[in-house]
Amino acid sequence: MFKNLTKNRWKFAIIPALIIVAGAIFGFIHQSNEGFFNFDVEFIGGTRMEIDLKQAFNNDEIAQLVQESTPENVNAVIQKGNTDTTVIIKVPSLGNTPVTAEAAPAEGTDAAAADTSSNANQIRTVDDEMRENIINALKDKYQITDDNIISVNSASASFGKEVQTKAILFTLIAIVCILIYIAIRFEWRSAVMAVIALAINVLIMASVYTITYIPLNTTFIAAMLTVIGYSINNTIVIFDRIRENMKLRKKNETISEMTDRSILETMGRTINSTITTLITIVLIYILGASTIKDFALPLIVGIIAGAYTSIFLASTFWAVWKESDIQAKALAAQDRKNARKKK
Amino acid sequence: MKNKSIATLTIVVLAALLLNYVAFFGINIGSFEYGGMFGNNGIKKGIDLAGGSVITFQAVEKDANGNKIGDIVPSNEDMTSLKGIFDLRMQAEGYTEARISSSDDGKITVEIPEMQDTDAAAELLGTTAKLTFNDADGNVILDAGTDLKSASYEFGATEQGTAATHHVKVEFNPDARQKFADATRAAAARVSEGKNYIAIVKDGEIVSQPSVSKEIDESSCVITGQFTADSARQLANQIQSGSLPVDLEIAGANKVGAELGPDALKNSIIAAAIGLLLIMIFMIVMYRLPGLIADISLLIYVGLMALIMGLFHFNLSLSGIAGIVLSIGMAVDADCIIFERVKEEMRLGKTIRASVMSGFDKAFSAIFDSNVTTIITCIVLILSKISTITGFAWTLGIGVILSMFTAIVITKFLMKQLLGIGIENRSLFCPAKAKKGGAEANV
Repeated sequence: MFKNLTKNRWKFAIIPALIIVAGAIFGFIHQSNEGFFNFDVEFIGGTRMEIDLKQAFNNDEIAQLVQESTPENVNAVIQKGNTDTTVIIKVPSLGNTPVTAEAAPAEGTDAAAADTSSNANQIRTVDDEMRENIINALKDKYQITDDNIISVNSASASFGKEVQTKAILFTLIAIVCILIYIAIRFEWRSAVMAVIALAINVLIMASVYTITYIPLNTTFIAAMLTVIGYSINNTIVIFDRIRENMKLRKKNETISEMTDRSILETMGRTINSTITTLITIVLIYILGASTIKDFALPLIVGIIAGAYTSIFLASTFWAVWKESDIQAKALAAQDRKNARKKK
Repeated sequence: MKNKSIATLTIVVLAALLLNYVAFFGINIGSFEYGGMFGNNGIKKGIDLAGGSVITFQAVEKDANGNKIGDIVPSNEDMTSLKGIFDLRMQAEGYTEARISSSDDGKITVEIPEMQDTDAAAELLGTTAKLTFNDADGNVILDAGTDLKSASYEFGATEQGTAATHHVKVEFNPDARQKFADATRAAAARVSEGKNYIAIVKDGEIVSQPSVSKEIDESSCVITGQFTADSARQLANQIQSGSLPVDLEIAGANKVGAELGPDALKNSIIAAAIGLLLIMIFMIVMYRLPGLIADISLLIYVGLMALIMGLFHFNLSLSGIAGIVLSIGMAVDADCIIFERVKEEMRLGKTIRASVMSGFDKAFSAIFDSNVTTIITCIVLILSKISTITGFAWTLGIGVILSMFTAIVITKFLMKQLLGIGIENRSLFCPAKAKKGGAEANV
């Protein structure tokens, strides 16, 4: 199986396909309660709070507390943080409309809230008020102070959407640029196969996000683009060898055979440089803080996937495509010849 | 030839070590002083390492009552002056590391490492601070934007025998002094109407409303009011920096915890150091002598990278660290391509010298094409201006360019020196059993 790569190309496609299907299944499972992806608030807009409660807690307990301190239709997500005592609360945005003095809910206005709202210079929004209410409720219940608030992030929904659109847009621009470059330096079939391979890698990475339910934020874009760059890198080294071997190809060697040979010749380099890249990123995963772990894990999977798809999929499918095109051309030439003969 | 090559190799190794020492621990020769990558004038710690606040404002249009009409995109001039004002306000508060960036749709984002109080930061920056001196009928006498020379915070008694207060002292421009003298004389005369006062108004709110009993012809005056030390200092800062050319609304406000900071950086450095060591061992195991050469190049690569980042004061964030660590792993990729090629050539029965030379030649197109695509990705990322990932793109991009340089120029130079020594033992260049090299498939 590992000598005749081109012949077995569909078998190699099974593993990535299974991962992507698993990712999709997990996504749909998550969708029924929290959403397909675990979008971070910087993407969907809203507030993310990470607070050390200094004691073990129950997620439902916090959910109820959050429910009580917000308008009834807020769908908050409660998660455990790095330690058993940290809680991560995510509340979607209710909108950026300013709060007027009379619109403030009567029960929520304690001394502190009233104090800040009297400050007319400050722009207070519904979201600001909701955030304050939740934090005050937690402070009361768990006897904590501002020092226990690890982080509070808020982003308006429109801002989040912009980041999202921008991210997708720039990813597509990057892919198109890479596509054009490969089409110029190699041939258009190589460009198409390279891009299909990287699309598979991106889907595998997306599956990591649905399976593990890591928060999806702008670092996903950084991870994704690294993997795109890396997998293209691998694919090109193999295509480069194919380009070279193609020129020196003997008449009796088929394209598939030549491709298999090229893949095997570059295998040492592909494996070694994947190992060196993985060494550092795995260490980062082991030693890193939780935010960088969330970044390193998809990257590890993406780099392995990148090596796999370059070795087993991109050039093997290219070879078959190229071969069938050559055959089609030969057939057409044969037909023309026959037609001429008949005349 | 042999001795010369050994000497050159030794010098390069020493230079590589020196480069790394300078890059990480700094140098102090005469007037040139550099504190190293992590020193005071080295890299800047990004907001995620030092903690702080990230605040995004949207330029908006407001009606006379201060209600929002809609988002607007300020002119380039306004945006530039807005950034300048933000910069002044941050500098005055001592936050010299703040990063200010704007987008095409009228958003301006400020990242302030080490600033913990997001609300205070948002207020400091987002307040228009349009200050005017009005008479009792609401006519503007003086406008802080054009009529004041300077403003400063003071603490003390403004008049003899009164309690010390926090107040702001403002200096008038020459013609403003005359205007103020005229206005105070006019106000003093209206004592019978009960309108003998001057109102000091900031953003539509009266800060203070001192009554005037006689003409005041002085080059400065003090603004008193219900100030605390902080609010007086802030007002002085805002007057000094100028009023904002457009109204702003907060689009996002983040407080980033500092707890993650010191550990994250330390752990990442440890990860990088261990990773580097493992990669070096791996290269020697896989490629023998050429592997050792690749390790020297890698050392030079790391030193150059650290030096560039330190000297250009890179803003180092977690994703930036990830970019560096990743580029270390990828840096030896070019060496792998070359040395695999050399092995193949040697297996075809060529001499060591011929194999090394043709290995470099044949590897070039693969190295070039594969790195150019990564550079394309990095350029697109940098152009995206998405703040959390541009740092990553810069470090990865520079890393890739540097690694091409070290692989193609330095590794080649060192390999030539190695050839100059004249080692005949082929197994030092090409391990006899190559489990992973696939070349035997076609030989």
